Amino acid sequence: MTEDDAAEPFPRLPSEDALDQRVAALWRVESPRVIARLMRQVGDLDTAEELAQDVFVAAIERWRADGVPDNPAAWLTTTARYLAIDRIRRRDTGRGKYRLVAASQPQSLEHGLDEVVDGDLAEDLLGLIFMSCHPVLSPDARSALTLKLVCGLSTDDVARAFLTPAPTIAQRIVRAKRTLAAANVRFELPAESERRARLDAVREVIYLVFNEGYSATTGAQWFRGDLCAEALRLGRMLAALTPDDTETLGLLALIELQASRLRARTGPDGEPVLLLDQDRSRWDRLLIQRGLANLDRIEQLGGTVGPYALQAAIAACHARAATAGDTDWERITALYDGLAALTPSPVVELNRGVATAQAFGPPAGLDIVLPLFDVPSMRGYHLLDAVAGDLWCRSGDHAQAREHFLRAASMTGNDVERSTMQRRASACATGHDVENDPARSSSQ
Amino acid sequence: MRYMVMHYQTQDMEDGIPSTAEEQAAIGQYMQEAAMSGVLLSGEGVSSSSKGARVEVQDGTVRVIDGPFAEAKELIAGFAILEVDSLAEAVEHARKWAQIVGTHRVDVRKVVEVEDLVPPQG
Repeated sequence: MTEDDAAEPFPRLPSEDALDQRVAALWRVESPRVIARLMRQVGDLDTAEELAQDVFVAAIERWRADGVPDNPAAWLTTTARYLAIDRIRRRDTGRGKYRLVAASQPQSLEHGLDEVVDGDLAEDLLGLIFMSCHPVLSPDARSALTLKLVCGLSTDDVARAFLTPAPTIAQRIVRAKRTLAAANVRFELPAESERRARLDAVREVIYLVFNEGYSATTGAQWFRGDLCAEALRLGRMLAALTPDDTETLGLLALIELQASRLRARTGPDGEPVLLLDQDRSRWDRLLIQRGLANLDRIEQLGGTVGPYALQAAIAACHARAATAGDTDWERITALYDGLAALTPSPVVELNRGVATAQAFGPPAGLDIVLPLFDVPSMRGYHLLDAVAGDLWCRSGDHAQAREHFLRAASMTGNDVERSTMQRRASACATGHDVENDPARSSSQ
Repeated sequence: MRYMVMHYQTQDMEDGIPSTAEEQAAIGQYMQEAAMSGVLLSGEGVSSSSKGARVEVQDGTVRVIDGPFAEAKELIAGFAILEVDSLAEAVEHARKWAQIVGTHRVDVRKVVEVEDLVPPQG
């Protein structure tokens, strides 16, 4: 601010840029709750979004003329409420319902509307999340819609986050809304019997977004922090909305513990630095502390421990180890045994192999990993070859190791990962691979 | 990016006058709403300065002064750490908090990240 600015008479009207910036920040903070509330009031997503946009357009016009009020959030809520009531009245007047009520009992009309209009914000937000992650939508559509509506991102932001052209994302969102309308999905909280399955679907979306950022499958970068940040925001929202749900806490603990290592996962030239080589002083202590606290809370709440909480417990073993050498691999192996029993899958088995090799030696790991080459779904999965290469290397069989590293290099879509695998293959050719540590090939 | 949002004491806070039931309810609701926005990482509030102390260093000499301190309104009453996209977003959260908690001032400061400490290359 220059002195001239300071000398302007009070109240000072915001400059166009300053106002745009403030409204953009307010959209990010307030639009999810404005849309969520409107959803419940008017029932359908299209109308809710349209009204939310009207509210913010009205805000810009009004604030440009009068200045921004002290409590802009309250202004937005009140205006949205007014527009919603207006819309409901006009719609229902057509049907004659409210006209009749209004003629006889004007007071009770207002009262009746109040109940529709001012509900519980937590329920509204949860309803919006359930709708964005609705099972009738494809996984791609769920992620895009959730980022747009629940995180308050623009279509351009969503497109940038997914490295997808904006028109593609815009179309995906339009189609998602059409699908919801065609299936007649209205604002609702799922019945108790459905709730668990619907929450699973929400957690799946959050974990998918997180992983898309954490282990970027395409592109030149090793990870994309923006997507991780959105997933963390969503995870925290969901945990606040369902505070006693242990699997949601497990998911949040898992992604916070994984994200705590984000800064340490990249070297100065953008190359990946794998878990055991990371400078642990770069790990994010606040996220670790939060992750461990949520694991404690899961324990306090009791009940069964689900797959997310188990994976979080594994991540916590790394977080607790002051140095790589302090890692409690036997505990990690036991947790993977539990995870493999709960949700058997070849990928879990691969990680169990890695942990087992660390705890009990490479041959024990190879016993678990080698049978995976016969599993059809693992064909073309570069990490299987990366791990096998590692374990052979540690067992001293450099010829086998080299073959696997080369195959891993040819299969990965990530540029950085490819060059790492090529480097390791060349090192094997000379028999001088010093990166002989199985956990280094694992993506965790 | 992270911001530390720090609010200043009111004389009532310094005097240990408990907030009314309505004030407490409003603060509770705000905290719940902040948690629901997914940006709140951590936060604490502190007691009256009569329960604290101050360590002052002047010309290399360390002096410990027990509370309470004058100028109650110049003392921090609590902090929250928010994970947001921009200063503007942090300010919108701080604005609401300031009004709910009834303080005369809230400072919004960017938390130093590891990246900020790395000397520029070349």
